[in-house]
Amino acid sequence: MSTKDIIDTLAGIEPGSALDAIRAKRVQARENAQKSYLSLFEPIDTGDFSLVERAAVAAFVTGLHGESPVATFYREKLAATADGAVLLEAITGEIARGKTSGPYGAYPAGPLSAEDKAGLIYRVSAERKPVVGVRLAAALDHAHLLVFRPRDAAAADMKALLAAGWSNTGIVTFSQLVAFLSFQVRVVTGLRVLGASLGTANAA
Amino acid sequence: MSAANTVNPPVVFTQDELGWVSWIDPLPESELTERHFAGLVDRSRAKSEYFRLLVRDPEVLEARTKTDKDIFYNVADGLPRAERELAAAATSRYNGCIYCASVHARFASTYSRRRDDVQRLLDEGVRVDLGERWNAVVKASVALAATPIAFGPENIAELRSAGLDDAEIVDVINGASFFNWANRLMLSLGEPSK
Repeated sequence: MSTKDIIDTLAGIEPGSALDAIRAKRVQARENAQKSYLSLFEPIDTGDFSLVERAAVAAFVTGLHGESPVATFYREKLAATADGAVLLEAITGEIARGKTSGPYGAYPAGPLSAEDKAGLIYRVSAERKPVVGVRLAAALDHAHLLVFRPRDAAAADMKALLAAGWSNTGIVTFSQLVAFLSFQVRVVTGLRVLGASLGTANAA
Repeated sequence: MSAANTVNPPVVFTQDELGWVSWIDPLPESELTERHFAGLVDRSRAKSEYFRLLVRDPEVLEARTKTDKDIFYNVADGLPRAERELAAAATSRYNGCIYCASVHARFASTYSRRRDDVQRLLDEGVRVDLGERWNAVVKASVALAATPIAFGPENIAELRSAGLDDAEIVDVINGASFFNWANRLMLSLGEPSK
């Protein structure tokens, strides 16, 4: 592969290690998790979702999960973009405002309502909204919902994104990006915990 | 969408077959090109509203589909399919994706032949007692699904003590983590309908 495997890098998996050998048994999953990353962050078409927006959403989503090599990686990716420094400062402030514990949210009214769990309904702060802009503000609102209270998602959330200037295709890619990162940060965490239990060199 | 008028959302977790209705516009079948068919991987998926929506970004869909298939269908070695599906169903139950839970609870029932136990997971939730091995898989899946992530050395120890080797534990990590992707994608874009 032309780019080093991102999950191996973030999980600290060294070539020739026990976890490297185990991951090699799922070569399609390994290669296509990498292709998923590349098609989200080095896409052939950025018309519906710009690279800066992708980096900002990624820094927000992974930052909401707490400090980790994954969060650091996407923070640095955002910092390296053209408007990165200003956006990173805004995103860092919004992560602090948005941090909570999930999953929570409501079920359709019925027997499951007994499991409804209230929690933070996050919206980008009024002071930072002009910094991030209408499109990105709508995306951060929905990203927070998907991270912490995915079962609350409703048709109205799609209308909010469309009203903020997102296209149907942009919403699909944006949803994929948030959902993919929810996967990636967990695989990396899981593999790091397993790697540490094996007593292998688990760099950083 | 006009179909939204006929949505009849399920109000319980179920192993019944459910439909799924998109909140935004899928691509019409007539607009699909070879680039889209490559993204669909299986051409028959062009009949599905969900996949015709996701195929708006064909490259991501193709990579996601192939990741999914290897994590769940590659059973040449590693964790039995039933327990990979259990991880998917438990994750979906905990995150609250009624549609995803229905599909993967059915698969877990089919491959384990423990339909009643799978139904108890859906009815009673992720703290249900399903025996040491399944409890360890469910608990590890739930710990991974929590935000912040709660998965730790105790989960590894429980999986090992339940008889899983390191490669099987990686299958649990992959299967459970993948459903944090699948759940959020489906929940973001539409809703189930009976």
